Amino acid sequence: MLARLLLGVLMMAGAAASFAADLPTLPKAKGEACIEASATMRRDHPDMLRHQRDDTLRQGIRGAKASLKECVACHAAETTEGRAIPVNDPGQFCQSCHAYAAVKPDCFECHATTPKPVKEASR
Amino acid sequence: MNALSRRQVILTSGAILMVAPAQARSPGQPASARQRWGLLIDTAKCAPDCNVCVESCKAEMGLSGHDRPLTDAQYLRKINVKDPATGASHSLPVMCQHCAKPACVDVCPTGASFKRADGIVLVDRHICIGCRYCMMACPYKARSFAHEEQTDQQPHLPRGKGTVEGCTLCVHRVDQGLEPACVESCKAKAKGAMLFGDLNDPESDIAKRVAREATTRIRADLGLEPGVRYQGI
Repeated sequence: MLARLLLGVLMMAGAAASFAADLPTLPKAKGEACIEASATMRRDHPDMLRHQRDDTLRQGIRGAKASLKECVACHAAETTEGRAIPVNDPGQFCQSCHAYAAVKPDCFECHATTPKPVKEASR
Repeated sequence: MNALSRRQVILTSGAILMVAPAQARSPGQPASARQRWGLLIDTAKCAPDCNVCVESCKAEMGLSGHDRPLTDAQYLRKINVKDPATGASHSLPVMCQHCAKPACVDVCPTGASFKRADGIVLVDRHICIGCRYCMMACPYKARSFAHEEQTDQQPHLPRGKGTVEGCTLCVHRVDQGLEPACVESCKAKAKGAMLFGDLNDPESDIAKRVAREATTRIRADLGLEPGVRYQGI
């Protein structure tokens, strides 16, 4: 009985190991260093943005350390023609990791996915 | 002796208070009720065929339509009015009037419609459920609803399907110490019919003109106390 159970556990572990998805590959960011260490960013970036967004929108506090706009500005890759690729496109910075973790970010239903300079000429 | 007298200290602090509204807030500072942002629109300088403010608003906010005039997002629209008794006609831009007692904030069931300390009325789309009660409550038809999925948003103006949106008084520019895009474009490309400033600052151009000249607010009878004032209607 115990041997059969052990065999089952071993088989499950083996199956998990063989089916594990490849780690996501991320495009390199433009900037030199992020605002925090990579491990901290991976774990805490939603919290950094969630609380800060209310301060900025509702109280008008600008210039916070964490900013989604800055994330996108730094992490949006460019095509060879110099056009920015949306960060939520498959294989891009946000999407590759979120696909791996099976988490859907809602940010980009509203927020811009590419950095874009304001068109001064059109005004 | 160099020590400041009590009188000097009070005078200096007053001077700082009066100068501050003209500049951008330093980073980390919240918007303050010391300011009350407002607009003064002179309809005598607003031509019926001029659309400069509307176009600059669309460009600044990244508003792209679907060729559906009834439901496409518009933060700012031009209205042509005519007095049937005298035949006098006027053209005026109408946007969110940034009321001191906003009806949209009163009716919002989630608290997404809110008034910032400095009088700017905004929608917090993080908690807007898209019920559109605010659109029905607003007597100025100032708000729009995003019916479609949005792409190509401006980084400073997130907007998405299923949420209500409206004029933000270009809050992203005001916080930098700039004027709203419509005011700037009207000055640069049209006759400068719009004046932006702090109604609470007695030294500002807008407060001086409002104190000196006759101005009206649209549907002042409703008592919402809009921050946008008009002349010549």
